[in-house]
Amino acid sequence: MEEIKEQTGHMPRIGEPAPAFESVTTHGVLKLEDFKGSWLILFSHPADFTPVCTTEFIAFTEIHPKLQKRGVELLGLSVDSVSSHIAWVRNVEEKTGVKIPFPIIADLNKEVALAYGMIHPGQSKTETVRCVFIIDPNQKIRTILYYPLTTGRNMDEILRIIDALQTTDKNAVATPANWRPGDKVVVPPPNTQEMAEERLKQGYECIDWYLCKKKL
Amino acid sequence: MACISPDGKPTESGSKMLRALQAGSKSPEEIARDTGLPLFMVRSGLRELSQAGLADQKEDRYKLSEKGAKLIK
Repeated sequence: MEEIKEQTGHMPRIGEPAPAFESVTTHGVLKLEDFKGSWLILFSHPADFTPVCTTEFIAFTEIHPKLQKRGVELLGLSVDSVSSHIAWVRNVEEKTGVKIPFPIIADLNKEVALAYGMIHPGQSKTETVRCVFIIDPNQKIRTILYYPLTTGRNMDEILRIIDALQTTDKNAVATPANWRPGDKVVVPPPNTQEMAEERLKQGYECIDWYLCKKKL
Repeated sequence: MACISPDGKPTESGSKMLRALQAGSKSPEEIARDTGLPLFMVRSGLRELSQAGLADQKEDRYKLSEKGAKLIK
């Protein structure tokens, strides 16, 4: 049991403060607190110079302008050295013309990987799996996604989650399955009998008192 | 180091930040706005510039040190 914990580290949870770090990156030494006030997507990849990771970095770069419009910064991570990261991003630019604009943590001692539970020994004892941590401007973890080594991430879903979280924060609503910006949102369910009775008179589109939607 | 090269000279982003401080003391947010650099880069860069003695921090504001002023003259 202890051995497994040593290999996997702490498993953070949604709603918890994001574990602090100070790390060498391709953009110098960065601390988690440097991102305070912005949304942050901290994501890990198994290794530099690998095929699926390369497609993901190109895809993250493609959505980078959309993320910036939403006040979101990107920060990559793997257990490779900063020299390896630099060589890889230069190679990606040389071969594909895509310049990676965001920093990448060189987590050689796995300090951040263990603090964020990015090592899953069932997949690999040495590499990080494909994790995505969406951290809000108050540095609280709002979403965690884990993908296996063989499956590249879906950028549309990451953007959709950002839009959903920001819509929830701005309007105190929830978002239904497959929600997209512009779709109706879910009004939080009432928590007293009186509110439940009033809810049905409020002009929302209701299936019943506990499931009501509205247009924003 | 993102703002200071191994030879001790400021990089392009380091120079941008130092030039932004020529007008007087500024907060990291003001420097980010003036330089167009992301706020996280400015915060990290200001730490480096302070450690290198090129900028002085007072609470949440930064100003050029004498050494920093000489460097960008």
